[in-house]
Amino acid sequence: MADLLLEIGLEEVPARMIQAAAEELQKRVGDLLKRERLVSPDAAAPMMFDTPRRLAVAFAGVAECQPDLTEQILGPSVKVAFKDGAPTPAAHAFAKKVGLDIAQIERVTNPKGEYLAANVRQTGRNAATVLAEALPKELNSLYWPKSMYWREPGERFVRPVRWLVAMLDERVISLEFDGVVAGSASRSHRQKELAGMVSVPLQGASSYVQTLRGASVLSRPERTAKIRKDLDAVTRTIPGAHWREDAALLDIVVNLCEFPSVILGTFEPEYLTLPEEVLVTVMRDHQCYFALEDSNHRLLPHFLAVLNRDGDPHGLIVHGHERVLRARFNDARFFYNFDQKHSLQDRVKVLQAVTFQKDLGSYYEKSQRMEVLAEWICKEIAAHDKSLVISAETVKTAARLAKTDLTCELVKEFTELQGVIGGLYAEVQGEGKAVGSAIYDQYRPAGAEDEVPRTLEGAVLAIADKADSIAGMFRLGLTPSGSKDPFALRRQANGIVRIVAEKSLPLPLSALMLVAMDQFAGSPAYAKFAAFNEGREKAADFFRERLEFYLRDAKGYAYDVVKAVLAAGADDVSDAVARAEAVSAVRSSADFAAIAASFKRIKNILRQADENKFGIAPEVNAALLKEEAESILFAKASETAHASEAYCKASDYVAALREISQLRPALDRFFDQVMVMTEDLVVRANRLAVLRQILHDFSTIADFSEVVVEGSSSDKKL
Amino acid sequence: MTNVIKTVPPTFQELILNLSAFWAKKGCVLQQPMDLEVGAGTMAPETFLRVLGPKPYKVAYVQPSRRPADGRYGENPNRLYKHSQMQVILKPPPENVQELYLESLAAIGIDLSKHDIKFEEDNWESPTLGAWGLGWQVMLDGLEITQFTYFQQCGGVDLDPISAELTYGLERIASFLQDVDSIYEIVWSREPEVDGKAGQIFTYADVRLADEEQWSTYNFEMADVAKLWEHFNLNEAECAALIAGYKKIAAAEGEAIAAGTASKRTYAVTRYPLLPAYELCLKCSNLFNVLDARGAISVTERVGVIARVRTLAVGVATAWVDQQKEIARFE
Repeated sequence: MADLLLEIGLEEVPARMIQAAAEELQKRVGDLLKRERLVSPDAAAPMMFDTPRRLAVAFAGVAECQPDLTEQILGPSVKVAFKDGAPTPAAHAFAKKVGLDIAQIERVTNPKGEYLAANVRQTGRNAATVLAEALPKELNSLYWPKSMYWREPGERFVRPVRWLVAMLDERVISLEFDGVVAGSASRSHRQKELAGMVSVPLQGASSYVQTLRGASVLSRPERTAKIRKDLDAVTRTIPGAHWREDAALLDIVVNLCEFPSVILGTFEPEYLTLPEEVLVTVMRDHQCYFALEDSNHRLLPHFLAVLNRDGDPHGLIVHGHERVLRARFNDARFFYNFDQKHSLQDRVKVLQAVTFQKDLGSYYEKSQRMEVLAEWICKEIAAHDKSLVISAETVKTAARLAKTDLTCELVKEFTELQGVIGGLYAEVQGEGKAVGSAIYDQYRPAGAEDEVPRTLEGAVLAIADKADSIAGMFRLGLTPSGSKDPFALRRQANGIVRIVAEKSLPLPLSALMLVAMDQFAGSPAYAKFAAFNEGREKAADFFRERLEFYLRDAKGYAYDVVKAVLAAGADDVSDAVARAEAVSAVRSSADFAAIAASFKRIKNILRQADENKFGIAPEVNAALLKEEAESILFAKASETAHASEAYCKASDYVAALREISQLRPALDRFFDQVMVMTEDLVVRANRLAVLRQILHDFSTIADFSEVVVEGSSSDKKL
Repeated sequence: MTNVIKTVPPTFQELILNLSAFWAKKGCVLQQPMDLEVGAGTMAPETFLRVLGPKPYKVAYVQPSRRPADGRYGENPNRLYKHSQMQVILKPPPENVQELYLESLAAIGIDLSKHDIKFEEDNWESPTLGAWGLGWQVMLDGLEITQFTYFQQCGGVDLDPISAELTYGLERIASFLQDVDSIYEIVWSREPEVDGKAGQIFTYADVRLADEEQWSTYNFEMADVAKLWEHFNLNEAECAALIAGYKKIAAAEGEAIAAGTASKRTYAVTRYPLLPAYELCLKCSNLFNVLDARGAISVTERVGVIARVRTLAVGVATAWVDQQKEIARFE
């Protein structure tokens, strides 16, 4: 047994790619060792080590040599291999392949029949030989989001490979990758290299972590722990201060250094008058600094920077960071003050010169459409739910001003803050907190992790903005396909669905799309719409997909429940959520499972009737209900339909479903005792009418036949 | 906020001299700046055309880089219409290219043992030039001082060998070394002391402020949009005609050689004016930038105009690669 160590030395790998690549390398090498029978099943867990300049893995308990292997190789079937007792060319070819005489070949019987077989003995190969061949292939197969070449156009890797270590214990495995020959020497931290420590001789896997620590290179867990410890320690020097927890930022800085330390920087308190959003964007997104706050979560005029070295003994580094931050803040203040020369109201007209989309016109036109659409949404909501109080005036003002920040210098500088800046400016310029907050939130939710707008006015504006974009793009035929979604329409539709659901808005998606499309009437774009009328249906299908995605991925409802619920209607988002919730709640009950099975049966019978062109009575004729079981079912079903409908009206779907479950004994008895497909055509037509009536009456919550129940599946024939 | 006492840092021109001397010692040709308006050192033919084809090359030059939209009338301490880049091209890149780069920082007085240096992912792409590469922004104590790029493609042509491009932001490095908060305070030159009397100092403002003020006024307020478009169209037409002319002549000669009626390439191909064609393309690029700063190009139009310039750049690059092959054969 030996320990395997593999380290690939690179010029700085992009921070976002390091960890995934290291994990993949560990998996690949682990799989390789298993595949090549080089590792014992009870070997210790492998080690993974990754920094910006290296990916390393180590495996203990690697066999020096593969065990010999006797492998049974299956040949052609006996039928093919022998004709009239004589071997065919297929038999000869197999014998040649396994290196045996035909006489030595065995026969085995498996479920498919009798086959030729040969036991071939493979002598185990030396681990070093196997690995020398296979490791470069594994390295070559690593996935990189972006790769480059630097030597030969055929060689691609994330960044140039500069050194390679491959060892079994202290012996070097003789291999080469992208022109680099493996050895036993690693390299130290850049600071140590500059001080003369160019080469770091390694003794093998067991002392790897320790040796690298001596070269100022720390493992990921060590770096993470040190950064946290240093952040805490430095923060303690400011009484009452806390550093803002930020997992994403921590992940970035861990991947930007081999030996981290943290310094505390200070900026002039006068910059705190700038919007916090701007300050944090500069510190966090542009400079990778952690922000400090007081116990009331107010920003303090300090920042924490993570260095890739051990401290700042001369104070030069802190000084440099402070200079950079001051320059950035100065820029922001310059733009902020410059922007105040023209109010957002003044900028409305300027939007005429800012194109939204070639055919859909300027942002001025977009905001006019948004204003009308937003007003319609307010009315629609008010008409259906009096408890939702929305100020239409606020929404209209917000819609008119929503896009004006696109003409501001600060947004040109910090594009990620569009909307946010507009919201802040609106408030500063006296448009009121409600208008400001609606503008601020208009692009929310920016993704699955982001929140929906805080206020109802913000929700309406965000819906109007997104609906306008989707309506226009769809009618121009610019629909997302596969991985192509240049206008992020999926994200926007997901946003609409989430806002409607989370704010429980009574807003049918189809009506929203129709009104949004109507807003283009009379515009040059509208003329082009005629060429793509199917945009309407496509938009409906698109939203159905987005709703399905929301119910399954965001809310976690089961696949079959979502399918069943959407089959009963996909237009009213809040209603669909309520129905999915109810179906999920009752689906495990025995009664419901039986109902679902019965509905599958009903659907199949009606399908067969349709296929065979059997007549179905237009209405149920009670006089023709001869059997007791069918008259009871019909009576019970009518009664239940009535009761469940009342519950549905009150959106109490669980109660409605419980009511429907009560139908089980009547249904079971009906299927036990009544023959639907009877010879009497009039009775048959009437019985089919009963079933059709039941299917119709009880499919408003969900298509129960889609629900998978124990021992059956949705597509199983009954 | 922390007070740091330093020894007298290099002036702006000493910085340029030191960097130039360093790269000259490493075997670079020291070129003079491209004598046309360009947005970046990459656009000078010493980069754009030299990185094409198989011939190794090493070159360093300072390139005044004009970005009309970045002008701020000299009022913003960190933004310039025209800044200076030190451009270094190493074709092919030596294995120790990163170490060489770090050595160059030492050569301009940055003691890395006292500072923090990071290579952070930053991939460079110029849609106008049909060029892209992967690399880093080099961060010194949180300040981006260099763009380090491994060119992969230029003028739409895959490169073989590739080149490493180092682009030093000279104003930023000088501000850092001299510890000033405004570019305009940078000491550009200092006359030697005479009889104990300190020599006269020329600052960045003394040398360059007028450019910033006047060009900002021109680019944002006075540039004649109709005339700019006229210039653009004229340059574009002439450039396109030259590219088409090369293709025609090269194809005709090629056919004649294949048919045996001619034995080898003539000056008509090897002396064909592709360098002038490229300069016409650069003029279009600059005119586009001025029109853009002037607010004369809408967002949608932008893409179209960029594509027009790229067509020229790709046309020149393709013809240039072909011409270089023919010249190599001719020799």
